[in-house]
Amino acid sequence: MTLATFAVTDTYYLVLAAMIFTIGAVGVLTRRNVLVMFMCVELMLNAVNLSFVAFAHALNDITGQVIVFFVLVVAAAEVAVGLAIIVAIFRRRRHATADDLQALKG
Amino acid sequence: MTAFLFFVAAGAALAGALGVVLARNPVHSALFLVMTLISVAVLFLLRDAELVAAVQVIVYASAIVVLFLFVIMLLGVDREESMEDRIPYQRPAAIALGVILLAELFFLAGHEWATGQKTASGVPLQGGGFGNNVERVARVLFTDFLWAFEITAVLLVIAVVGAVVLARRSGQRADASLDEEPEEVTA
Repeated sequence: MTLATFAVTDTYYLVLAAMIFTIGAVGVLTRRNVLVMFMCVELMLNAVNLSFVAFAHALNDITGQVIVFFVLVVAAAEVAVGLAIIVAIFRRRRHATADDLQALKG
Repeated sequence: MTAFLFFVAAGAALAGALGVVLARNPVHSALFLVMTLISVAVLFLLRDAELVAAVQVIVYASAIVVLFLFVIMLLGVDREESMEDRIPYQRPAAIALGVILLAELFFLAGHEWATGQKTASGVPLQGGGFGNNVERVARVLFTDFLWAFEITAVLLVIAVVGAVVLARRSGQRADASLDEEPEEVTA
């Protein structure tokens, strides 16, 4: 079977989405820079979007793509508020790593 | 041709995702994120999601990443991330957890989750005389999901107001060494 006739099924997209999601999750757990942790959250959201689109194709139903819009909107709102929080923390502490947020614990 | 495109885009998406996690410099992380987002947009196109792919490039790869880059430039990136773990063995444990998560996802993927049940609207991805991709998305978005769509507007307003309130300078100077310009008296 050559590459030209090779059929890429929806399963391939789901496997890829699982891999991207895992990379994002490991990034959130390992990195200290809050901005990079944020980007890893975006990676995870994108992996889920990819699986939504793959399922929309698999089930032949447009609703999966509509849900992606709502995920995008929530991601945009989350980034706006999250970055504002990071800027506010930076004003107060001069640094913005996860270790600087230790003061938040009771 | 489609398979070739898929493997190129998938490889670029995975490389970009790894780059986001592994890059030392946050600016490099943001640029790797753009690479992943554009690759995922190509994958969306391959799965007949034209509108979503366009929105992905416009909203994610431009607006959100530019926001990230603005904040990175604003805060400065010169500080090295400390490599010692505050919780012992945090990083090895995180990688082990990631491997377990991936194994779990693959294990669950072998089970029958998708029932094949159609939603109430029943607008299919192709066929049925519903027009092109944009018309199909619009039909569902403005009928079945109209209430959620309106709530979304409220959410965005709340997010914008919250961001402005958080990022606004408060009454007193938080840190005298920041060299801020004199405060203006706000009503």
